[in-house]
Amino acid sequence: MFDSLQEGIQSALKTLRGKGKLTEANMREGLALVERSLLEADVSYPVVQDFMTRVTEKALGKRVLLSLDPSKQLIGIVHEELVHLLGPVDPTLHLKREINILMLCGLQGSGKTTTCGKLSRLLLENNVRPMLVAADLQRPAAIQQLHVLGDQLGIPVYSEPGAKDPVAVCQNAVRKAKEQGIKLVILDTAGRLAIDQELMDELVRIDKRVQPDQVLLVVDGMTGQDAVNSAQAFNAALELDGVIMTKLDGDARGGALLSVKHVTGVPIKFIGTGEHLDALEPFRPEGMAGRILNLGDMVGLYHEARKIVDAKEQAELEQKLAQGQFTLDDFKGQLEKMAQPGLVQRMLGLIGGPMKELNQMLQSEEAEGSIGRTVGIINSMTPQERRNTKLIDPSRRSRIARGAGVPPQAVNQLIKDYERMKPVMEKMAGMGAGGRMQAIRELQEGGMLDPGGRGPRIKKGTGKRLSTKERAKMKKQREKDQRRRRREERPQQP
Amino acid sequence: MGLFNRRKDRPATSERAEDGQPAAASQGHVPLAGEGSPDAHDAPGAPGGQGGGWLASLRRGLKKTADLLNTDIRDLFKKQGRLVDDEFLRELFAILIKTDMGVGPAGEIRDRVQRDYRGRVVQMDDVLQTVRQGIRELMAQQDEPIAFAAEGPTVILVVGVNGSGKTTSIAKLAYRLVAEGRKVVLGAGDTFRAAAVEQLTIWAERIGAEIVKGPPGGDPAAVAHQAVSRAAESRADVCIVDTAGRLQTQVNLMKQLDKIRRVVGNQVPGAPHEVLLVLDATAGQNGISQARGFSEAAGCTGIVLAKLDGTAKGGVVIPIRQQFQIPVKFVGTGEKPADFADFDVERFVAAMLPASSDR
Ligand SMILES: Nc1nc2c(ncn2[C@@H]2O[C@H](COP(=O)(O)OP(=O)(O)O)[C@@H](O)[C@H]2O)c(=O)[nH]1
Ligand SMILES: [Mg+2]
Repeated sequence: MFDSLQEGIQSALKTLRGKGKLTEANMREGLALVERSLLEADVSYPVVQDFMTRVTEKALGKRVLLSLDPSKQLIGIVHEELVHLLGPVDPTLHLKREINILMLCGLQGSGKTTTCGKLSRLLLENNVRPMLVAADLQRPAAIQQLHVLGDQLGIPVYSEPGAKDPVAVCQNAVRKAKEQGIKLVILDTAGRLAIDQELMDELVRIDKRVQPDQVLLVVDGMTGQDAVNSAQAFNAALELDGVIMTKLDGDARGGALLSVKHVTGVPIKFIGTGEHLDALEPFRPEGMAGRILNLGDMVGLYHEARKIVDAKEQAELEQKLAQGQFTLDDFKGQLEKMAQPGLVQRMLGLIGGPMKELNQMLQSEEAEGSIGRTVGIINSMTPQERRNTKLIDPSRRSRIARGAGVPPQAVNQLIKDYERMKPVMEKMAGMGAGGRMQAIRELQEGGMLDPGGRGPRIKKGTGKRLSTKERAKMKKQREKDQRRRRREERPQQP
Repeated sequence: MGLFNRRKDRPATSERAEDGQPAAASQGHVPLAGEGSPDAHDAPGAPGGQGGGWLASLRRGLKKTADLLNTDIRDLFKKQGRLVDDEFLRELFAILIKTDMGVGPAGEIRDRVQRDYRGRVVQMDDVLQTVRQGIRELMAQQDEPIAFAAEGPTVILVVGVNGSGKTTSIAKLAYRLVAEGRKVVLGAGDTFRAAAVEQLTIWAERIGAEIVKGPPGGDPAAVAHQAVSRAAESRADVCIVDTAGRLQTQVNLMKQLDKIRRVVGNQVPGAPHEVLLVLDATAGQNGISQARGFSEAAGCTGIVLAKLDGTAKGGVVIPIRQQFQIPVKFVGTGEKPADFADFDVERFVAAMLPASSDR
């Protein structure tokens, strides 16, 4: 099997390039792979069928763009549709002035209690001090669990030890919250199966008596085909207002989210990405769509890459970027990081289809040579040239080329690459995750991460190989240049 | 390991020479002028082939006829039944996928059925009967789920991802062992999750088992060590060690499981005698990754399939068995201590693929 959907589809559609329109027949194999990928990601069967019909309709009759790899075109359509279906985003809790009540519900072990803690933490950051309500009277020690979280966060937890009726507990809690002027109450309910009528009725009673402003379903990210059944039942009983998917810090593809969205139609609010209370993120359909399709998550990749550069360095770089000073030296630094052994492995988990190529490229020896060569070119420039590429006129260019042992076009290429990357990098510095995503996408669409486009080129593409004699000559010249450059770098010395 | 080795006793009808694609498959594609590529093969279950347009429906019609012509003469005498065509195969595939067995096994079964019955008239239930038989054979196992140590306490380590149902499963297993007259010591090795120790403590009291605890946030290997020592000292029969939920991708936490293994192995020869992976029956394909990760790190000897009382079928244990040979030992069917049973392949398969009258 293919490691990623991108690869599979690429292979399935390789004969399609420039062949008129996308038709049912010529897309069939590619679409079958999309279908398979969705099922492997745990999207429920009927939801997959529905999705495939939509995508086929969208894609039918589209012209195969000459310039674009047809697999990318098809994936683009699929991805876009998936993003569309997973959206729109709405991470707000729509708080009113008066008291607000949130109720969390879901299957046993889905992460309700932990998510109560996480939401509280988020609210505290926004200067809302919530009260937690222990309405899970089923699970042993569920009340203590909530108290531990409440203590950690320094927020009140309402519980009635020994109580039997969660409806009464919730009502009493709301009354108390009103007395105390608390603006937000979060009800942690017991886990229950959708087919357990008695417990579902109990939930409905809480809903009727307490009238929560928002009822959120907490879904385990590892859920399989059953997601449609449970989501449907919870939604039918309670009219959900939103969904939170947990445990997305592992390798689950999380396709159940599409199923849940499909049957409930309510917005996905947050995703849980860890056991700690800060591990709650606003939902982003782009990243999720990539994850479900096994394309990799660009923003996740970016974050991982950031972790590798140490924080201080990163801060310095960002500051420079923000001031619009992304010099060739910085570019070189980034390239050297990319060539660093082990980086590729660390990123592997995050890299799906489109990045796979880059990945292979980085791993191949040729690529190392290519990065090495690019670094070599930058090394043969004077510090002034590195800061301001405008200085590089034809004579300087041939000097640099000789110094690095490359044809002059390679120097041009590098400068072009750098100039394309510069605004993107600078833009990336001053933005949040969403903007970064956009910037990365721009970069990718610009072909920077596409080996067919630019980027650290593999030799095949440009490679005018030099003869031994030519190389020896260049080496001599290079040494001469280097001596001259050293002189230039220390101009003040007597 | 194939799910379906060629079986002699196929139910629907008798043998028939069928190697290679039945003629129907090629007859189905009548080349229609100007209609693109007729050579694209008609993969069953592929989303194409049933789309709109009169050309498509004409093609489908022709295909049905071709299938019919290819029908085994004996099938014509059957009262009811259905033609094994694309639609039938798609329906079968849907039934299989909904069990969470995954695209691999489901596709394998579908292709197998296609090869054996294409163009024949059969009953879905008969086909499902064959499928059930295949799964039964795959999932068969010894009767005795727990390998008790010949001497000293039998040590059982319980592992799994967050929220799969470890603590409850431990309580149920202990309840059952106590009811069988064994002395059980529990080790509260989930020192991470808030009130996990309290949760197990409440269970220990309810079922009459001793519990050994460590400080919150303490080293779980130390708790395991203490629990096993305590079990040995008090001449208990079984020591069950709980662990914190962890995702199989968390490398350091997985290493911790190995440490626990080594620690208890140094105390009692052959320990842990069982390493049970608790798998949530609602889990989808990630269950495979869980089985892989936990067996690599902790050497799972069996699976407890928890939460099987809902609508989820737990079919992911099929590819898990195929790939890692880990048997399912117990199933959890509710929140009470008695809601626990030995894995019964007959019941499992019947619930997973019910006959159409029960569906
Ligand atoms: N890795 C991970 N674990 C989580 C996440 N959310 C919850 N958990 C864990 O899942 C388990 C069950 O959570 P809990 O809140 O008790 O679930 P509840 O039964 O629905 O209340 C606990 O071990 C939590 O620490 C998450 O986003 N990632
Ligand atoms: Mg809870």
